[in-house]
Amino acid sequence: MLEMADYAEDQSGDKAVIRFLGRMTLARMGSLPDRLATLARPGCVIDLSQIERIDTIGAWVVHKFAQAQGATIAGAGVETQRLLQLVAKAGDEDVLVRPETPNAVVQVLGQVGDAVAEAGRTMIGLISFLGAIILELLTILRHPSKLRLNAVVHRFELVGINALGIIGLMSFLIGIVIAQQGAVQLAEFGLQSMTVNLVGIASARELGVLMTAIMVAGRSGSAFAAQLGTMKLTEEVDAMRTIGVSPISALVIPRMAASILMMPLLGFYATIMAMIGGGLFCWGSLGIPPASYIDGLQGSVRLIDMTVGLIKAPVFGFLIALTGCYQGMQVKGDAEQVGLRTTSAVVQAIFLVIVLDAFFAVFFTAIGWD
Amino acid sequence: MGLIDLEAPVAVKVRGIVNRFGSQTVHDGVDLDLMNGEILGVVGGSGTGKSVLLRSIIGLQQPIAGEVEIYGESMIGKDENEALEVRRRWGVLFQGGALFSTLTVAENIQVPIREFYPKLNQGLLDEIAAYKVVMSGLHPNAGPKYPAELSGGMKKRAGLARALALDPALLFLDEPTAGLDPIGAAAFDELTLNLKRTLGLTVFLITHDLDTLHTICDRVAVLADHKVIAVGTIPELLALDHPWIQEYFNGPRGRAATAAVERAANGVR
Repeated sequence: MLEMADYAEDQSGDKAVIRFLGRMTLARMGSLPDRLATLARPGCVIDLSQIERIDTIGAWVVHKFAQAQGATIAGAGVETQRLLQLVAKAGDEDVLVRPETPNAVVQVLGQVGDAVAEAGRTMIGLISFLGAIILELLTILRHPSKLRLNAVVHRFELVGINALGIIGLMSFLIGIVIAQQGAVQLAEFGLQSMTVNLVGIASARELGVLMTAIMVAGRSGSAFAAQLGTMKLTEEVDAMRTIGVSPISALVIPRMAASILMMPLLGFYATIMAMIGGGLFCWGSLGIPPASYIDGLQGSVRLIDMTVGLIKAPVFGFLIALTGCYQGMQVKGDAEQVGLRTTSAVVQAIFLVIVLDAFFAVFFTAIGWD
Repeated sequence: MGLIDLEAPVAVKVRGIVNRFGSQTVHDGVDLDLMNGEILGVVGGSGTGKSVLLRSIIGLQQPIAGEVEIYGESMIGKDENEALEVRRRWGVLFQGGALFSTLTVAENIQVPIREFYPKLNQGLLDEIAAYKVVMSGLHPNAGPKYPAELSGGMKKRAGLARALALDPALLFLDEPTAGLDPIGAAAFDELTLNLKRTLGLTVFLITHDLDTLHTICDRVAVLADHKVIAVGTIPELLALDHPWIQEYFNGPRGRAATAAVERAANGVR
């Protein structure tokens, strides 16, 4: 078996001799460094003539011990001396290994400050990004040929048509859940037939569009951020600029147009799917036949409810595209940033959508559209 | 398993490696010996499978046929746990450095050590990281930096420091000077040569850099036609009558590099 690194003590004249033994390598180091740390033999002699092998870690351990004890090293072969010189040279420099950490209070305050500054920067950044988009739109208005119609139509497919399956299924299930929960609660007042009104108004005014916005933020907002972020990393965006193509008009505006135009369509579709889901539950569980269900919907859901829902949709679509594209364009440095920015894009988009939804609710009530 | 014989005359023995991707043959019977203590340069045109050969040797790519022996241990089809024993004898520097982006340079260097020797105390780990940072020519304050904060050359040095973390006997370098400016590339060559001399390393080096080949490589292996067509010192290769080799070493860039080496040699005299 191979020898573990070890040492033996000896006395030669009035000096202590520390004789290292075995393999002074990382693999065979064992507890030697810890034992040496507790050993105090000032001015001793270190004898390396008995070691089997040494690597830089062994040399470092010997060097550190020799320095701490002011010891002299004897019996080192040529290669060992070379290694000792190498680590000694490196060890003499004042090397930083970990970042200097301030105390906890300063750290917490610093983090809070950073977060506030970051939030402020994001606000300003979003507004100036919006400004850049508006300027670009003005250029496109003057030269309509600059609008990349192909890119826009391609985005329609990705944002709108490809999302039909998942949004349809989600809305259908939400319709069932509202009907089921509503029916249970309303039965207590003997108003089970009002379930129809509940499903109709909830999905038309709020849930259809809101759930669609959340799904589009997760599906397309994240894709926008990841695509643009990757293009920033691979310098595609810079290449575009040098060729004279504006990244805003080539990348951002098609995505924004698709998002703004597809959201109302998807929102309407989601509302209808939720009504179908609710209707199916009413038919199967409450015994309300489809004909009376539709009659009930026509009686309860006014055009204004549908309008309230659909007015919000393009605004949500705009917010989703804005945060997605903005975060994507902010990517700098390494691939890790793409992930972080994509997460921020989705979180910010959903947050802004819900904040604005609350604002809309208050607003529509104030103008009497309740 | 037997003990690994670090004194074996042949550090890496490659026999009859075949690699194919779909219908595209990359290697068709590659034979190569890396002698203990030498720096072997591997050259070849783009797409001749230099990196694939490296990946086959270090076990990232399973060849269709062939045999790879490292210090006498056969590596093909080896159990993952048994391969670890050999793996800690080598360090690999990937082309872009391949540093872990969420860790600092010092933490990157400590990863392999922690993985193999989890009981080492943090103080010693920090000291090891500190002298490896200096040894690989990084600035003393580079330790707490994240890879994103480093330049290309510094990333490679940090990658080298991590490759050297376990004091390997064998070092694989994949285009270490690609993307470096001539001063940085020359400094990296010198660093490689110095480390080889002080640590007694055996180095397998893929490169396109003619200066690197001339200044630090003991021998050069040429990959072409899906095989290693020649191995030898540069004068030996120049004596061969293969068109690609002639073109490579006697093209305008090749001649410039040869001339530079001769000038340097005369200057020394």
